[in-house]
Amino acid sequence: MAQIVIKNIRKEFGAFTAVQSSSFTIEDGEFFMLLGPSGCGKTTTLRMIAGLELPTSGEIYINGEEVSQKPASQRDIAFVFQMFALYPHMNVRRNISYPLISQGMPRDQVRAKVAEVAQILGITDILDKPVGGLSGGDRQRVALGRAIVRDPACFLMDEPLGALDAEFRERMAGELRALHDRMGATTVYVTHDQLEAMQMGDKIVVMNHGVVEQFGRPQQIYDWPATTFVARFIGSPAMNLLAFDGMVGNGSDTVTLSGTQIAVPEMLSGADGSLTLGVRPEHVHLDDAAEFRGRIVASEYLGTTQIITLDSAHGQIKARTGSQTPVRIGDTTGLRFDRRSITLFAANGHALISTANQKVLNHG
Amino acid sequence: MSFSITEPSNRQKWIAGILVIGYAILTLIPLIWIIATGFKTPSDAIAYPPKLLFTPSLEGYVNLFTSRTRLAPEDLAALGDPTTWYDKIVRSYDMVITGPSRYGERFMNSVVIGFGSTFLSVFLGTIAAYAFSRFKVPLKDDLLFFILSTRMMPPIAVAIPIFLMYRELGLSDTRLGMILLYTAVNLSLSVWLLKGFIDEIPVEYEEAALIDGYTRFQAFYKVVLPQAATGIASTAIFCLIFAWNEYAFAALLTSGTAQTAPPFIPTIIGAGGKDWPAVAAGATLFLVPIMVFTILLRKHLLRGITFGAVRK
Repeated sequence: MAQIVIKNIRKEFGAFTAVQSSSFTIEDGEFFMLLGPSGCGKTTTLRMIAGLELPTSGEIYINGEEVSQKPASQRDIAFVFQMFALYPHMNVRRNISYPLISQGMPRDQVRAKVAEVAQILGITDILDKPVGGLSGGDRQRVALGRAIVRDPACFLMDEPLGALDAEFRERMAGELRALHDRMGATTVYVTHDQLEAMQMGDKIVVMNHGVVEQFGRPQQIYDWPATTFVARFIGSPAMNLLAFDGMVGNGSDTVTLSGTQIAVPEMLSGADGSLTLGVRPEHVHLDDAAEFRGRIVASEYLGTTQIITLDSAHGQIKARTGSQTPVRIGDTTGLRFDRRSITLFAANGHALISTANQKVLNHG
Repeated sequence: MSFSITEPSNRQKWIAGILVIGYAILTLIPLIWIIATGFKTPSDAIAYPPKLLFTPSLEGYVNLFTSRTRLAPEDLAALGDPTTWYDKIVRSYDMVITGPSRYGERFMNSVVIGFGSTFLSVFLGTIAAYAFSRFKVPLKDDLLFFILSTRMMPPIAVAIPIFLMYRELGLSDTRLGMILLYTAVNLSLSVWLLKGFIDEIPVEYEEAALIDGYTRFQAFYKVVLPQAATGIASTAIFCLIFAWNEYAFAALLTSGTAQTAPPFIPTIIGAGGKDWPAVAAGATLFLVPIMVFTILLRKHLLRGITFGAVRK
């Protein structure tokens, strides 16, 4: 059980900076997701928490103890690798007991502990098999067994579901989450899959180019992206981003796009120049009475909902509506945006503070 | 007639079988010839046409392991009847055994030098290859190229400098000198071969071991070494074959105490007429250790072929 605090951590590989001055806190017992596209520094960050890489600068606290320069073996953490990294020359039982043997635990205790873990994971019947012939899911369970057998302070997982096929991934995701809830140990989980992050995580850090773009609960990140990168990266389809030139001041609650007034949450900060208005597709409504116009160019049927693509004066807009709404391609229609859900971004891509998002914005 | 990619037809199997057996016999003929000659009498060995069927004799082996001297018939009579079977063989040529030959010592020299240099090459090769494979070594590529470049000329090309160096250093005709020499020659091969094998081992295994509470050395010893066993075994076989069979340096640098078997065996010819059976016996016994070694490690060699076929 542990709280993990990352402070101004930085990692350089030669001239390349993999992680730039990131800070965030992982609370005890949290299922914490490190999310980002490949090469964003999420795996490097995880490996620094594990002690497989040493940070160039910055501090890492596990349970209040500064560990950033300590070797992995002294950090009391367990790591689940994407490719599982089961020792191929040992059978399942040896693999799971290996971390206990290194602690010098007596033989009968090791046996009991392994049996208990095998019970939890449902792998009792394969304990004496070599790891070579196991299916992906069983390998995953063995890797988890090796991680949980020693009751570490926290679990670090590097895309543990990445090597599984789609059907199995769903099931293992459920098992992982259930296992976490049962053990209650802090878990840090790296993924590039935003759905996985939303589905499993208590909290998410979104990283890009070695920078923490935002961290918070999945819903906060989805509803109130702190940067345009997060707005684009999270959600499928992504948030609509409408570029416009204008000015907003402290206290203003409307913006003007192509001469149309659009109501936005009351702003607590101001900016001018090229701004961006962000609105999620499910908050775009087709309403002929609305002044802002768009022309329907495509619609995608998704069962209960449909995604309608429209051309507007500020670029393409996607709207998610009930699949019953009749649409005709080529029609021009009015678009109404939910006022409460709009985020404005300044020219540098950062969200402007408004009464709606002021409490939930957490930058790295 | 049906074709299948996986299963050859019976006729194809027969043809393949005949080809393999034919090739095996072809390559085995010299070997069988040597082994057979070792059990012939000197007159059978030089008979023309060559004798395929002959009465086996241990004369060659007796001559190989003993030094003998010819006695006048009256002196022989004074010695009384021969007491052992090997005495009998020698007496039939009017000779007596005066003591053991040098073959035993030379053979032991070969064993010590061959296995010693193989152990050293593989040991140093493994740790060097591990370092090259896993750590940031400054000028890594240049160093690897430099190591490889030592193989770009035949080792014997530097025979004269080495001869002079060894004379100055007092390494001429010493076991240590030969071990160091063969290790130096084999090291580049073993570093390159083993680096290939260690590169293939995913680094995650060691990282998993580090996280499981092991030190870097324990991770190397308990996780990497068992994984690299295949590569280490095949490298060891290559190194041993070279060190064991090496003739030129052995002939040049050793003469007395540290002489190995290869330069010694031909000298048997001159010892008492053209004693082909003794030479053949010497060669046959010389084959045995390397055959045993290869057969023992055969399992690893076969596994080496499938190396890299598993998903990483």
